[in-house]
Amino acid sequence: MPSERERRFAGPRRGQLVFALILLAAALLLLALIGEQTTWVKKTKLFAQPRFWPAVAIGGMVLMGGLHLYKLPWRRVSRYDLWEVKRWGQVFEFAGWFMGYVLLVPVIGYLPVTMAFVPLLCWRMGYRSGFMLWAGVAFAVIVVVLFKGFLSVKIPGALIYEYLPGALRSFFILYL
Amino acid sequence: MDLILSAIDILMRWDVALALLAGSVGGVLIGAIPGVGPAVAIAILLPATFSMDPIVGLTVLLGIYGSSMYGGSIPAILINTPGTAVNALTTYDGYPMTARGEPRRALSLAYSSSFFGGIFSVICLILFAPVLAKIAPMFGSREIFLAALLGLILVVVAHRGHALVAGALACFGIFLQTIGLEPVKYTQRYTFGQDFLGGGINLIVVVLGLFAISQAFVLLTDEDEKVRMTRLRGGMFQGLRELARHPRVAGVSATFGVLMGMIPGVGEFTAQFMSYTYAQKTSKRPQDFGNGSSEGLIAAETANNAVPAAAMVPLLALGIPGEALTAMMLSVFYVHNVVPGPGLFQNDMDFVVALYLALLVLNVLVLVFLLFATKSLIQVVRIPNRFLGVCILTLSFVGVYSLRNSATDCVMAAAFGVLGYVLKRLSLPSVPIILGMVLGGIMEVKLRAGMARVKEPFDFIDRPVAFILFLLIIIVLAVHILRVLKDRKELKEAEWQTNRSSTSFGSLMLRRKNSFLKDHGRKVRARHSKLLRRLTDLF
Repeated sequence: MPSERERRFAGPRRGQLVFALILLAAALLLLALIGEQTTWVKKTKLFAQPRFWPAVAIGGMVLMGGLHLYKLPWRRVSRYDLWEVKRWGQVFEFAGWFMGYVLLVPVIGYLPVTMAFVPLLCWRMGYRSGFMLWAGVAFAVIVVVLFKGFLSVKIPGALIYEYLPGALRSFFILYL
Repeated sequence: MDLILSAIDILMRWDVALALLAGSVGGVLIGAIPGVGPAVAIAILLPATFSMDPIVGLTVLLGIYGSSMYGGSIPAILINTPGTAVNALTTYDGYPMTARGEPRRALSLAYSSSFFGGIFSVICLILFAPVLAKIAPMFGSREIFLAALLGLILVVVAHRGHALVAGALACFGIFLQTIGLEPVKYTQRYTFGQDFLGGGINLIVVVLGLFAISQAFVLLTDEDEKVRMTRLRGGMFQGLRELARHPRVAGVSATFGVLMGMIPGVGEFTAQFMSYTYAQKTSKRPQDFGNGSSEGLIAAETANNAVPAAAMVPLLALGIPGEALTAMMLSVFYVHNVVPGPGLFQNDMDFVVALYLALLVLNVLVLVFLLFATKSLIQVVRIPNRFLGVCILTLSFVGVYSLRNSATDCVMAAAFGVLGYVLKRLSLPSVPIILGMVLGGIMEVKLRAGMARVKEPFDFIDRPVAFILFLLIIIVLAVHILRVLKDRKELKEAEWQTNRSSTSFGSLMLRRKNSFLKDHGRKVRARHSKLLRRLTDLF
């Protein structure tokens, strides 16, 4: 049965202890590196020291992160915490999809990669109907035309566009 | 009058008109899709607005900010799912109205209330602008430092139950902005010898990671929800008439929205809950609140729509954003070398008034659009969650990659996306990180400048505005500490009561030192007391 302290905790229990431990460990690690990663300049006031604000920030992280850990109503990592950590790990797959997309765009081109990426990820998410896959393709085309064609956001032309014939090459590099 | 005319002159351009239209319609659509929200949309669109004029870019972003809450009320009322987080209170009275067969009335009332809130706040602030223009120059480096510190403290203490972790995350944000080459002494800070960290961590990369990519991850790892839509029949104009019957609730709620919007870190939620509580306490039928009360709906929707215009006040007058969306807009100013703050109010007052007029026009556009297009618009609620996740991930790429064409930025955005996902899973706030980054940078510069002319610590607060801000900081901290102590006392009392519930078995257990047995004993007592209650209930 959960204690009164556990009942009053705002938010789910799973993963809280692990997160608090990671936060504090990261803060302590950064604090340990402060001498190496920042400089103390002689004949300079404290508030103008390059080390002052990193020290304030990391000091705050250690202090408040430590107090947060101390005030948590749990002291042991349960199996629910481990399940939650596994769940956090699941998103690395989608981060991988995102990075694959990022790395392929400068090589193959924004339009072709987006037109492949969206339906493929839709397929991965379990959509098998032709409607959803074509909706994905349509979305990809709209995004590319809107952002690169109309709003002229800075996305460079792909390497393979170099092999296209003259006018088509310029058009693809500029708009797709 | 000249000021308003020159402001209108700024707005009389085809690209501003297009931006208004795109912002208003886009904002409504984004708000109407649960799971997207204005923060995601603004984060994605930020880099695209850098190539536009400041007034055009800001109009698009303001349009999304101001109109998303209109759109957010649609799913809140029809399917009991708020389109944006601030529409959560709309579900209390909006959905019960739908359940009893009055969805059209609820939607119409929500639009009318939102419209009133939006217009009220813009008019208030246009009238208030000359006063602000007089107050803003009183803010020097020390005052801006103290105001930024107050804003950060307010953001932290506003997260009740999570103030400590919110504080730690705000400090993490401050730390992030210190990474890179320090601009005064030209020394490296936490770059670990890596070139890509030399230029620092871009705010937009962090914003896109924490808001857009993390939301994509949340949607991609969730299940699609089955949506049952209610059919809408008839016109949408009755809400305006019904709103006119509750001028007091609407007026007070809009005032709460304006006041709370101006205070950094407070925003829509506090305004809504204050106005809702006020409406309930002063209503002749308080029992209807939560069961489809029109006054409750008016209070919630008026208050949240009065906030966006007011939230621009600290940003424009002092250069201090009060929440995540205005923090993102600050980067648009910086990109165009327009520095918001007292100087903007003194030199470019027409620009400020033009922004407010744009918001005014925007509210009219959104209301007209919604009154005629709601029936078609509600179809966007049907878009499956995971498909939305795919769309957001695709759009996030545009946002991050178009900044510097850097794959490293994308890796960092993905890493912040994972962090944002973890924070969302744990119901912990990510806004303090963004505000820590923005306000930390402001505080560093202003403290350095402010301390240059300070000989004794008390010199820092010897000017009236600085002293008032210092007092406010002390009051906020004192109130927070008192609240923490009160919560602690209540917890102790509650724990004591549970400990005394079983005396005979408890006295036995107290003699045991083994914690396992203590836990076990508590379980046994709970089981026994439950059985005893069942037994006594029989008689």
